[in-house]
Amino acid sequence: MKIGTVNGTGSASANGLLMKALFRMGVPVTGKNLFPSNIQGLPTWYEIRANHRGYMSRSGRADVMVAMNAQTYQKDLNEVSPGGFLIYDSTWPRESSLHRQDITVLGVPLSKLCNENFDVARIRILMKNVAYVGVLAALMDIDLEVIKTLLEETFASKPKLVESNLKAIMIGHDYALENFTCPLPVRAEKMGDNAGHILIDGNSATGLGCVYAGATVGAWYPITPSTGVMDAFKAYCNRFRTDPETGKKNFCIVQAEDELAAAGMVLGGNWAGARSFTPTSGPGISLMSEFIGFAYYAEIPSVFIDVQRVGPSTGMPTRTQQCDLMLCAYASHGDTRHPMLFPANPKECFEMAVQVFDLADRLQTPIFMLSDLDIAMNDWMVPELEWDDDFRPDRGKVLGPEELKEMDRFVRYLDVDGDGITYRTLPGEDAKGAYFVRGSGHNRYGAYTEDSDEYQDVMERLLVKWETAKTLVPPALLSKAKRKTKLGIVAFGSSDGAVIEARDTLAEQGVHADYLRIRSFPFGQEVIDFLHDHETVFVVEQNRDAQMKALLILETNNIADRLVSITHYNGMPIPSECVVQGIARHLNAEVAA
Amino acid sequence: MTYIAKPKIDLPGQKRNELGLTERDYEGAMSTLCAGCGHDSITAALIQALWEMSVAPHQLVKMSGIGCSSKTPAYFVHGAHGFNSVHGRMPSVATGAMAANRDLICVGISGDGDSLSIGFGQFGHVIRRNLNMLYMIENNGVYGLTKGQFSASADPGSTAKKGEANEMQNINTVATAISMGATFVARSFSGDREQLIPLIKAAIAHPGCAILDVFSPCVTFNDHVGSTKSYAYVREHLHRANGADLIMPAEEISVEYREGETLPVEMHDGSMILLKKVDAEYDPTSRPAALGYLEKQRLAGYVVTGLLFVDDSLPEMHAISKTAHAPLKDLAFEDLSPGGEALVELQKGLK
Ligand SMILES: Cc1ncc(C[n+]2csc(CCOP(=O)(O)OP(=O)(O)O)c2C)c(N)n1
Ligand code: SF4
Ligand SMILES: [Mg+2]
Repeated sequence: MKIGTVNGTGSASANGLLMKALFRMGVPVTGKNLFPSNIQGLPTWYEIRANHRGYMSRSGRADVMVAMNAQTYQKDLNEVSPGGFLIYDSTWPRESSLHRQDITVLGVPLSKLCNENFDVARIRILMKNVAYVGVLAALMDIDLEVIKTLLEETFASKPKLVESNLKAIMIGHDYALENFTCPLPVRAEKMGDNAGHILIDGNSATGLGCVYAGATVGAWYPITPSTGVMDAFKAYCNRFRTDPETGKKNFCIVQAEDELAAAGMVLGGNWAGARSFTPTSGPGISLMSEFIGFAYYAEIPSVFIDVQRVGPSTGMPTRTQQCDLMLCAYASHGDTRHPMLFPANPKECFEMAVQVFDLADRLQTPIFMLSDLDIAMNDWMVPELEWDDDFRPDRGKVLGPEELKEMDRFVRYLDVDGDGITYRTLPGEDAKGAYFVRGSGHNRYGAYTEDSDEYQDVMERLLVKWETAKTLVPPALLSKAKRKTKLGIVAFGSSDGAVIEARDTLAEQGVHADYLRIRSFPFGQEVIDFLHDHETVFVVEQNRDAQMKALLILETNNIADRLVSITHYNGMPIPSECVVQGIARHLNAEVAA
Repeated sequence: MTYIAKPKIDLPGQKRNELGLTERDYEGAMSTLCAGCGHDSITAALIQALWEMSVAPHQLVKMSGIGCSSKTPAYFVHGAHGFNSVHGRMPSVATGAMAANRDLICVGISGDGDSLSIGFGQFGHVIRRNLNMLYMIENNGVYGLTKGQFSASADPGSTAKKGEANEMQNINTVATAISMGATFVARSFSGDREQLIPLIKAAIAHPGCAILDVFSPCVTFNDHVGSTKSYAYVREHLHRANGADLIMPAEEISVEYREGETLPVEMHDGSMILLKKVDAEYDPTSRPAALGYLEKQRLAGYVVTGLLFVDDSLPEMHAISKTAHAPLKDLAFEDLSPGGEALVELQKGLK
């Protein structure tokens, strides 16, 4: 279902209402907000995918289209799938050329109805959007009681609003009942109550994860689509970490002057012993790069959350991509490499936001969590988040005054345990643990050096640490096909849903493929094994240059010839049909050859 | 090289501070700067000031950017953690560190290149945040470490070593800081320890961002005729608005002061800065007066030094953020993570 409106007209709450109503009816549902980089007046769309099988990605189909925006009417009309339905505001007549024979077009005079029923101009516009929810409720058999309950919950403190919203809904609903045959063949059927599931966006889940991880210092510079992470962190901290009596806060959020400063604050905070992080997007990572290299070389735990958006440059800030892999993997000048985590949905955003701090503290290095606009800003239906009250953060190798007392002398960069990870101390605790952090050449004792051997000694040890990182980051998840196959699919992050659905579709056509979902970088042995166990491996990703494929080639051996790229990078979340078609195209070409 | 440790010899009869430490305990590694570099004199003044104030070395953090000046944190208080960050970004790292642990005593060392060019943004914003720190700018009018290019503090008309004249306007560190809302602004000269040491102490005692701009001649690239940041020039044009003494809250104010000649300024923690006024008209508690005076003296060809502006009633970063009193780094996990039950409750609103 796709709804085209104008941004700034209140359609977001109408669409949210619709989606939540379906969720409450037990229908697996996801919503994708396709919005412009603008505050008011430009076209915006909302896609709702609801299906009993629980597929979460875009299907590439539009069975029901609500075309509320005259500007985009033609485009919206063209997009309706054959056999589908288009609903439009028939207050003003449409040219007869704007018609299609293979779909059903249903006109509802929404503006006229709202103008007759509401007085204030602004309210009329808002209610026009609420009214189409009523139309859809009638056409698709969406439970009115559920909608009513939702309105009562949303406007618990403003009963007047419940009344007016409900009135608008009934206007649309009754008009549809009177004028069309309801319900349509495309309809909602109550399936249960979606027990054990929630609706949440990735940014909220990430911010919440940072709270649960015990992060106390958040530094940031606003940038779409990452802003919601700090908004959520702040809101949850205000709720859970503020002393109700004194108003004192167990956290400190600094809105920095730019991303360079935000990165510096993250380094300073972690160095001084507080879990510190920054949420940003590609342009921010570009600016942070100098500090990222510093943190790599001086070995300062630091957490960077990159909510990816379309690049290069400013690109399309409100569109999605998985385009910062290369940027983050090797950010900064000189020989640097950084671990990355790839959450595939908001639930994993929560879990990995907790994990990423442990990893940073254990590995004493910058770690990136890469989500993207699709995960971050859309509401996803996911299983409930879980928390183990026995969890305690792993702060890694930190020596306190007690431990220092036992030692002759503290040395910062000596590999005592053979895992490449050395011991650190925190300022403010003990003069015996004092050391001097520098990005300039240093030896294993932490002293300045320009000596070739001493320099190289530290750089080699950092490679040992890289090997250790491979054993600590979350492993890739394997899903075997029902039949033995030589075909494999590799994907990560928000491409997951499209691959899941595509595999089912392909299996129905007799094409079976194993699937490995990569969840982190550096790649573990399981990734290498998977690549070697399959003759053809499709690498599905949302960028132009096949960055994951490039990383696989760079970081593993002798596999380039078996990797086939499937890329989707137009800024819209990847639909499952893109994966199906990509694989089919390759297999057909092989047959022809 | 900075890794040459100084031999530490405990001489009997050395004076000890309240913590029982000698001045030697506040030293660091051997300096690798050019002999005669003004930065080394500032380091010496810092050592004495920190010793006299009995700052516990482990409580101190020494932050810096990049430049000859930014190397100096290695040369004092070896028992303090140090952070030699990237060029122009010391303030942000200091902000993070102080956010994590508000009990630290933060001394940031920067240069005129580090603060007035590449780091101008961070310089301005740490002032705006009023981070509790001493922000020292060792100002020599040039980029020492990259061999003598003009910096943004070079005065119009001053010449480089090879004779080339700077024709651009300069950025006046103190006037800029005052107009950006700094709560403590002072200026001094590396060769004037008598004035510098009390100013360092007052800056550390100040509960906010204390900007201390210290002329610090670069003997290698900016100490010639034609330079306005040379020893000779600064000595000749130095004009003290006031001298200062810091009296800690525990001490009795025994120093005699005569009205009109001295001005006591009470600090937040109860300590007193005693300003020996040279100019009767000078009032360091008034921003417009300070800016007007600076401009007047500049036109007359003077370099005004002393405590130029102070207002310690304005809230520092943590007061603004309402951060807990205990350092965030020391909070127990139980006080940070809301727990399983809260998560279940919270998710009821997400259905
Ligand atoms: C990003 C970056 N650009 C350039 C440099 C080169 N660089 C090192 S020090 C310096 C200037 C330092 O001048 P100042 O802060 O005045 O210090 P001084 O050496 O004069 O004490 C420059 C440009 C660098 N280290 N990093
Ligand atoms: S070059 Fe100048 S600033 Fe640098 S150490 Fe030498 S005298 Fe000092
Ligand atoms: Mg300089």
